[in-house]
Amino acid sequence: MTDHTILRVVSKLLLPYVLLFALYVQFHGDYGPGGGFQAGVIFAAGFVLYGLIFGLTAVRRVAPARMIELVIATGVLVYAGTGVATMLMGGNFLDYDALNSAHPSTGQHYGILVVELGVGMTVAAVMIAVYSTFAGRGRA
Amino acid sequence: MMEAIQAQLPVLQVVIPLLAAPLCIILRRRSLVLPFATGVCWLTFLVSVSLLGDVLEAGVISYALGGWAAPWGIEYRVDALAAFVLLFVSGIAALVLTYAPRSLSDEIPASRHYLFCTLYLLCLTGLLGIAITGDLFNVFVFLEVSALSSYALIALGGRRQALPAAFQYLVMGTIGATFILIGIGLMYQMTGTLNMADMAARLPAAEGVRTALVAFGFLTVGIALKMALFPLHVWLPNAYAYAPSIVSAFIAATATKVSVYILLRFMFSVFGLEFSFEQLGLGRALMPLALAGIFVASTAAIFQRNVKRMLAYSSVAQIGYMVLGISFATATGLTGGIVHLFNHALIKGGLFMAMGCIMLRLHSVDLDDMAGIGRAMPWTMAAWALGGLGLIGVPATAGFISKWYLIEAALEQGSVLVAVLLLLSSLLALVYVWRVVETAFFHEPSERAREAREAPVSMLVPTWVLLGATVFFGIYTAYSAGVAEQAAEAVLGGLR
Repeated sequence: MTDHTILRVVSKLLLPYVLLFALYVQFHGDYGPGGGFQAGVIFAAGFVLYGLIFGLTAVRRVAPARMIELVIATGVLVYAGTGVATMLMGGNFLDYDALNSAHPSTGQHYGILVVELGVGMTVAAVMIAVYSTFAGRGRA
Repeated sequence: MMEAIQAQLPVLQVVIPLLAAPLCIILRRRSLVLPFATGVCWLTFLVSVSLLGDVLEAGVISYALGGWAAPWGIEYRVDALAAFVLLFVSGIAALVLTYAPRSLSDEIPASRHYLFCTLYLLCLTGLLGIAITGDLFNVFVFLEVSALSSYALIALGGRRQALPAAFQYLVMGTIGATFILIGIGLMYQMTGTLNMADMAARLPAAEGVRTALVAFGFLTVGIALKMALFPLHVWLPNAYAYAPSIVSAFIAATATKVSVYILLRFMFSVFGLEFSFEQLGLGRALMPLALAGIFVASTAAIFQRNVKRMLAYSSVAQIGYMVLGISFATATGLTGGIVHLFNHALIKGGLFMAMGCIMLRLHSVDLDDMAGIGRAMPWTMAAWALGGLGLIGVPATAGFISKWYLIEAALEQGSVLVAVLLLLSSLLALVYVWRVVETAFFHEPSERAREAREAPVSMLVPTWVLLGATVFFGIYTAYSAGVAEQAAEAVLGGLR
C-alpha cells in the first residue's frame, strides 16, 4: 500500500495521536475509563496501522522481535516486582498500603499506577508480536 | 526475618516460578537459563516442603493477597490436601528439569530452550496456583495459565503430529475451561461470592435452585474433560505421545492430577458431600465411568505400538482408579484416590522419563524398535520394569498401596463386584507391561537397538530416584498414605 499517498499521509498524521491517546488511557485509567489492557491494545493498534501501510519490515525496524520479547517479559516483571516490593516493605503480596505507610491511600495510588504500566507494556508487546507473527508467516 | 518469610510462604510458592519465567526470557542464554530454572524449581520444592510441615503441625494456613481480607479479596488457603498436591507437583517439576538437559538438546532446537524454560515455569506456576488458591475465579485463571503453556509445550514436539495433537488438546481443553468458567459464573450469580469457604456457607440456601444444578453440571463435565475421564479422554493419548519426552514426563505426572484435585475441591469443599453425593448421586455417575475407563483404556493400551501412547492410555485408566476412589465418598475411598494421585504421579513420571532415555538413544519409541533394548540399556529398562510393576500394583510398590485402599473401600461398601473388577483390571495392566518387558529383554535386538548404548548418568539418576521412590512409598507409607488420610479427612470435613 506504499503507493497510496492519501493513506500514507493520513496514517502518518494519525500515528502520534494514536500513541498519545494510548498513554492517556494508560495513565488516566484510575480516574476515568481505561487502564493497562485497553491502553496496550490502542498502543499496539498504532503499530498495526503502521505495518498495514508501510509493511512489516518497517515495523520490525522500529520494534525488533527481540525487543518485543523483552518488553513482554519486563511487563510481567514490573507487575510481580511491585508485589515483591510490597512484601519487602512489610506488607502482603501486592498490598499497596505498604508502599507509603504514612499515607496508605497514596501507596494504593502508586501501586495501581505501576502495576497497570506493567500490564500495558505486556499487552502492547504481545499484540505486536501476534500481529507480526501472523503477518510474517511464510517469510520467517 | 525468618518469621516474615515464613508468613509469606503461601504466595512465594506461586510467585517464585512466576517471577522466574520472564527472567528466563531476559537471561536467554542456554547455559544460564537451564541451571537457573532448575534452581528455581528446587527452591519452589523447598517452599512446598516447608508449607506441608507447617500445615501438618499447625493446621490450615490462610493468606490474604494484597492485604484484602478473605470473602472480598483473594485468599490463598493451604490445607493438608493442597499442601500434599503442592509437594508432589513441585517435587516432580524439579526432578524432571534436573533430568532435562541432555534430552532437551536432543529434541528441541537450542534457540528455543529459553522459551521452553519460560513455558515450563509458567505451567508450574499455574498448577501450583490451582492447588493453593481458595478463590474460585482464581482457579480458572491458573487453570488457563497452566493449560495455555502446556499446549505450547506439547507443540514443541519434534514430530509433525505434535501440532495437531496440541491443537486437539487446545480445543478440548478450552471447551473444558469454558464449561468450568460458566459453572463458576452461575455460582457467583447465585451466591454473590467467589471465595470457596464463603460460597460453601452460602450454597445451602441456594440448593435445589436450578441455577445451582446447572452450575454443578457444567463444572462436572468441564473438570471431567480437563482430567481426561473416560469418555472425555480423547485428547490425551496423542498429546502425551507426541510431546517432547520431558514435557510428557512433567505433564503426565502433574496436569491431570491437579484436575482431579479441582474435582475434589469443588465437589467436597464447595458443594459439600451431602449435596454432591447424597442428593445428586455424583458417585453413581462417576463409578461406572471410572470402571469403564479402567477397562477400555487398559485394553486400548494393550494394542498400542507406540510405547508412549501406550503409557498415555494407561494414564486414562489410572485416572479411572482415582475417580473410583472419589466416587465411594468415604474416608478409605478418598484416601485411596488421593494416595493414588501421588503414587501414580511418581510411577508415570518415572516411566515417561525412562521413555525419554529410550528416545535419546533410539530416536524412536516404537515397540518394534525397542526389541532387545534391555541388553544395550539394562539400567533404563530395569527402571521401566520397576515402574511397570507399580502400574500393575505388585506388593512392595506404591501402586499396591493405592489398590489396597481402593479394594478395602469397595469391600467396606459391600460391593464385592467392584473389588473383583479392580483385581481383574490389574491383569490387563500386567498384559501391557509384560508386552514391553518381554520385547525389550527377550527379543532379538532390532537394528536401532544394536547401535544403542546406555543412557547418560545425568538422566538415569533422576529416573531411578523417582522410580526408587515408588518402592520406598510402597513399603514406608507414613508420608504418602498417612498424609493422604489426613487430606481425605480435611476434604470430608469441608471448609471451616
